[in-house]
Amino acid sequence: MTDQRQPTQWAKGEALLKIRGLRIEGWTRASGWTAIVKGIDLDLARGEVLGLVGESGAGKSMTGLAAMGYARDGCRISGGAISFDGIDLMASTEAIRRALRGLRIAYVAQSAIASFNPAHRLIEQYAEAPVGRRLRTRTEAYADAIDLFGRMRLPKADTIGFRYPHQVSGGELQRAMTAMAMATRPDLIIFDEPTTALDVTTQIEVLSAIKNIIKQFNTAAIFISHDLAVVAQMVDRVMVLREGQLIEHADTKAILSAPQAEYTKSLWAVRDRHKPEVRADAGERPLLSANNLTAGYIRGELVLRDVSIEIMKGRTVAVVGESGSGKSTAARVITGLLPPFGGEITFNGSVLPPQLKQRSREQRRRIQMLYQSAETALNPRQLIRQILGRPLKLHLGLVGREANSRVVELLDMVELLPSIADRYPSELSGGQKRRVGIAMALAAEPDLIICDEITSGLDQLVAERILKLLLSRQQQYGFSYLFITHDLGTVDAIADEVVVMFQGRIVEHGSKSKIMTTPVHKYTKLLLSSVPRMDPGWLDGVLKDRLAISSDA
Amino acid sequence: MVTWPAFRRALLFPPLSAWIGIIVVAAYILVAVLGPFLSPHGETEIVGAAYQPWGGPFVLGTDNLGRDMLTRLIYGARNTTGLAVVIAAIAFVIGCFPALLAATLGGWIDQVLGRFVDVVMSIPALIFAMLFLSFFGNTIPVLIVVIAILEATRVFRVARSVAKTIVVLDYVEAARLRGEGLLWITCREILPNALPPLIAEFGLRFCFVVLLISSLSFLGLGIQPPRADLGSMVRDNATLISFGSVLPLLPAAAIGLLVVAMNMIVDWISDLASRSKR
Repeated sequence: MTDQRQPTQWAKGEALLKIRGLRIEGWTRASGWTAIVKGIDLDLARGEVLGLVGESGAGKSMTGLAAMGYARDGCRISGGAISFDGIDLMASTEAIRRALRGLRIAYVAQSAIASFNPAHRLIEQYAEAPVGRRLRTRTEAYADAIDLFGRMRLPKADTIGFRYPHQVSGGELQRAMTAMAMATRPDLIIFDEPTTALDVTTQIEVLSAIKNIIKQFNTAAIFISHDLAVVAQMVDRVMVLREGQLIEHADTKAILSAPQAEYTKSLWAVRDRHKPEVRADAGERPLLSANNLTAGYIRGELVLRDVSIEIMKGRTVAVVGESGSGKSTAARVITGLLPPFGGEITFNGSVLPPQLKQRSREQRRRIQMLYQSAETALNPRQLIRQILGRPLKLHLGLVGREANSRVVELLDMVELLPSIADRYPSELSGGQKRRVGIAMALAAEPDLIICDEITSGLDQLVAERILKLLLSRQQQYGFSYLFITHDLGTVDAIADEVVVMFQGRIVEHGSKSKIMTTPVHKYTKLLLSSVPRMDPGWLDGVLKDRLAISSDA
Repeated sequence: MVTWPAFRRALLFPPLSAWIGIIVVAAYILVAVLGPFLSPHGETEIVGAAYQPWGGPFVLGTDNLGRDMLTRLIYGARNTTGLAVVIAAIAFVIGCFPALLAATLGGWIDQVLGRFVDVVMSIPALIFAMLFLSFFGNTIPVLIVVIAILEATRVFRVARSVAKTIVVLDYVEAARLRGEGLLWITCREILPNALPPLIAEFGLRFCFVVLLISSLSFLGLGIQPPRADLGSMVRDNATLISFGSVLPLLPAAAIGLLVVAMNMIVDWISDLASRSKR
């Protein structure tokens, strides 16, 4: 599997999709019709795979949908020409466009679970398009489904189709969705962030299955993603978009090795952030040490088994592991929200009571928590001033003018303007809300801040700035972080030590350099090797390695 | 759920149906407040013969005892609406706070309150009210307490389910971590965010209270004569129906108009409250 497609060779292929000067507008009550996509040209030949890359709001999805002649609710295609296999989509009727969709152009959405009808079996939904369009009989469609499920490397391909969507895993569902898009053998498939919601170890399986099948059927594809490393594995050419405009357009290899535009370079730079780790001094006493914690939500069902974590003062410990591995449960036990079944936690030399209620105000102040979703962490009915003022009053007894000036200081500490204080959370951007959340934790002047997946919902550039902010505040005030994440890139950027969790246990822990370079446990190895690299040959290489390992075994 | 600034902004732009509802309800409120100044005669004053026709000295004629129908209608609307507002407000207070407690604390408190409410709700409201009114005597205070308790169980159900969805949000957990007391968590963190659907629920409860008072009065157990009340006015003049007069339909229409108008407002607000965030 070492063939590198030559983009030039495909460019000679018959043109399939041609978009010229595409303009899309969106309606808002406040400002009327505003431009979202501002004049984009796009060409795609048969069998070619094109990547659309950019931050959220760049117009990637809009452009992808426009290839089907479709605009979302509240949006309209206001200008330009779209021609699919010689059919002018802008001039044709809605009936003609609808006939193309699902038959010759298919769409694979980010959330497979939201795209399947939970009341029908997978295979029934698979057969809907080919049977409805009178391409195949139901029996033929079922046989074809089983064949394609096999090609998508779904386990038990001959029976999995007879399950309901909730009976298969997220990764399997995403593969079934791709197979379904393939059911009518379309000329073009649009993949809109197909693996963003998946774990890295699952993502790799889905990516390789997608890559395999579009090659087998020589299908053209538009691959939309904000993750450059993923796009690098899948596509022949990359278009970088920003605020509805094309920033750069080149072959994958060229754009990876030598990006031209400043913006593209800044996107690339995010990939290689690295924090030099601070090593523990011998004999240093930990700020927090959790010993042999076992915990769960129902008696008899353990989510944490014998977990021990030590956090040194001023250091960052990253907890990594896939969803369901018990990372967040460990955080809840440390904060006292979930009293453990067994084990104890010492903080600053004294034992912490297991229940939040039994902890003193001082103990509560010293451990702060940042939540995964910045959206739900701020009360929508309180002004930012009130949100930040409350911990100041409760923990430090600051009120009135003193509190107000401290709020301004806190906002300054997280690089926000004082005017933010008089806004509601809904009036802020995702990054700003995240910063307010950090300010809220800083207000308590804590010793330890627990960060639960705090950058996972953010764009790469925004996440990068947040991580930088966290690092510089740490250097300034010397508090510790317990950083829960599934993204190993983030670990590299912020951690000193790493704890790897798998099925409620700690399978490996140690300094970052040790874990990242010489992992011992096989889950850690799998995790590390599943992180996409900015190298177009990475996916094929990893798969070859894994195949070799499994055939040895 | 809709964000608060968006909800507040949207409240300034009611659609046509809501405008109709607002104007009608506002008219009722005006009539209720200014009743004594608007009505040509006293509430219980007998001014002529029974069942005098429309026009002449009495715009809408007189009722079965010879009282001015227009005056009775004004006072009837005043008494029914006023009583309904008071009852709905009390029902809200005694329904909401246990609901917030149940949602916040969970556990056995939630179970006990929930099962108690289930028991009360399983008895048909009208029969329940009749039972208690005949037992404790049909005075206004008893009427208020009985209907308020009945309606509070419905308020409890709605408020609890709204609060349950808010209790699990991170900012409530953050408040717990901060060491906030129960009062702060329920009144400052949960209640303001539960408000939009609860405002709609208040309107709906008002409608049901009006209907229940009217039904009870129609049966002779509600507001007692000689006080004017829309429900008892329907009954007093019901015999006229067989003579082809529309007179008994007037108080009935007054009840219907109020309830429909209030529902138009409720529909609009509950639509706003449940509209997905944009």
